[in-house]
Amino acid sequence: MIEIDKVSKSYGERRVVDRLSLTIRAGELCVLLGSSGCGKSTTLRMINRLIPTDAGSIRVGGEDVTLVPAEALRRRIGYAIQSIGLFPHWTVEDNIATVPRLLKWREVRVRDRVGELLELFRLDAPTYRGKYPHQLSGGEQQRVGVARALAADPELLLMDEPFAAVDPITRDALQAELAHIHRATGKTIVFVTHDIEEALRLATRIAIMERGRIVQLGTPLEILEHPANDFVRDFVGHHGLGLKLLSVRRIADRLRRGETAGGEPLALDASLAEALSAMTAHRTDRLPVCDPDGRNVGVIALADLVR
Amino acid sequence: MGARRLLGSPVLWVGLLFVTLLLRMDVLQPLLRRGFPGVEPIVYNRDSFVALFLSQLGLVAVASLAASLVGIALAVFVTRPAGHDFRAMVDALATVGQTFPPAAVLAIAVPMVGFGAKPTVIALFLYGLLPIIENAIAGLEGVPQGVREAADGMGLSARQRLYRVDLPLAAPVILAGIRVSVTIAIGTATIGSTVGALTLGTPIFDGLVANKLPFVLEGAALVALFAILTDLLFARLERWLRRAVG
Repeated sequence: MIEIDKVSKSYGERRVVDRLSLTIRAGELCVLLGSSGCGKSTTLRMINRLIPTDAGSIRVGGEDVTLVPAEALRRRIGYAIQSIGLFPHWTVEDNIATVPRLLKWREVRVRDRVGELLELFRLDAPTYRGKYPHQLSGGEQQRVGVARALAADPELLLMDEPFAAVDPITRDALQAELAHIHRATGKTIVFVTHDIEEALRLATRIAIMERGRIVQLGTPLEILEHPANDFVRDFVGHHGLGLKLLSVRRIADRLRRGETAGGEPLALDASLAEALSAMTAHRTDRLPVCDPDGRNVGVIALADLVR
Repeated sequence: MGARRLLGSPVLWVGLLFVTLLLRMDVLQPLLRRGFPGVEPIVYNRDSFVALFLSQLGLVAVASLAASLVGIALAVFVTRPAGHDFRAMVDALATVGQTFPPAAVLAIAVPMVGFGAKPTVIALFLYGLLPIIENAIAGLEGVPQGVREAADGMGLSARQRLYRVDLPLAAPVILAGIRVSVTIAIGTATIGSTVGALTLGTPIFDGLVANKLPFVLEGAALVALFAILTDLLFARLERWLRRAVG
C-alpha cells in the first residue's frame, strides 16, 4: 500500500529523516511512535507531499507520489491533525463535504455521505449538520475532523497526533471509535503519536523512531516482549511493563474452551488487562467469556494471565 | 430590525442630521446670524452642498476602491510563497506613502497631471493604501495554521484556499482596514479643494480666504458628519461580517 524507500529530509544542517524505509500493507494501522523531533510528523507529511522529500521515493498503491499532481493525491488521502483545522466559517456539513465537493460529487450523494459519517461518529445528523465549529466541544470537533478526513472514502488515512489535545476521557472514547472504524472499514491508517499507551492500544504495527530512523518495527507485543535496544526499552518504559503486556494480549489467546463459570461474561477480543480488572472488581479468579454474538465460549482464569 | 432598535441606532440620527444639513443648511441661518452678525451671505451658496458632497463621494469612492483592490492584491501576493521576498519592500513602500503629507503629494502631482480631481484621487489613493495593506496582511496571516494545513492537506488548490478559506476568514480584518482608509480619505479629500477638486472642503477654503467663518463651520460640520456616518455604516458591516465568519 505504502512503500517508503530510503527517504531523507534535511532542514539546513539538521537531517530530520534519514534514509528511512518502511512498507505498510493495506489494512494496517501503523503507528509512527517517537518523542518530538524524531521525524515522525515529517515522514507522515511527505506521504501526502505537504513536505517535499530530498531523496528517496514514496509510492502509494504502487504509484510514485511525485508523479501525481499534489492536489489529486491529497484528495484521495484522508488527513487529520492535532489542531483539527475545521473551517470556522463553514457548517459541520460543509466541513465534512470539503473533499467530496472538490471531487464534484452530486449534492444528493454528498448529503447522504455526511449523514452516514455523522452517524458513524455518533453525532445526531439533523442536530449537527448545521452547527458551526465554535458551537462544538473539543471532542465533537475532533470527530468532525476525522469524519472530514474520511468523507471521500480515501484509500489511506494519515493522522498526526489527532487526539493529543483533548481531555483523557474524550481521548479514550475517540481511540475506541477509531479502533472500531479501523476494524469496520479496513482502511490503511498511518498514525503519528508520542503516546506509548495510545500506540499499544491502536496499532497493528508500531514503528519506533529516533533521529529520523526507525529503531524498531513490530507488533505491540513484539515491541514489549523483545525491545530491540535500550532506547526502545526506555521508551516503552520498565515501569508498568507487565500491565502494558496485559493490555496488548487478548483473552482469545488464553481461553480455556468448553469450561464454564458464573459471573458477568467478558468479550473474546477484550485484553487481559480488562480481564484482570474485572476479576479484581468482582473478587473472583475465574470469569466466563462470550463471543461477539453473546454465546459462552469458555473461561479465563487468573493463572492464565501470567502464563 | 425592530422599530425600537432602529430608533436607538446612531446611524439613523447621524444620517438624518447629515441629510437635513446637506439639503437645507439654511435652517441654521438664525443660529449663524446670532453668532456671526453682519456676515452676508451667511450660508455658502457658490455651489450646492449636495453637488459638493456627491463630487467628494466620487473622489473618495474611486480612490478607496483602487486602494482596496491594489492593497488587497499586494497583501495576497506577499503572503503567498512566491511573493514572500517582496513582503519587506511592500511594507516599506506603503509606510513611505503614509509619511508623505497629502498636501505634499498634491504639490508633486499637480505639475504632472494638472489641477482638479486627478491629483486629489492620486493623493487619496497613496494615502489610503497603508491601512489596507497592513490589515490585509495581518488578516491573511491571522488565518490559523491548522486551518491552512488542513486546507492544503485535503487538496484545495492554492487558488481554492485563497478564495474559499483565506480571504473569507481575513475579511473582517481587511474590512477594518478599508474602514480606517475610507474615513481618513473623507477627511483628507477636503484638501483637494486647494487644487481645484470640488469637495465639502471648498466652502472651508473659500471661507478661510474670504474670512467668512460660517462657511468654514458649514463645510467642516458636513465633512465630520459624512465621516462619522461612513464609519458607523462600516462598523455595522463589520459586525455582520464577523457573525457570518463565525
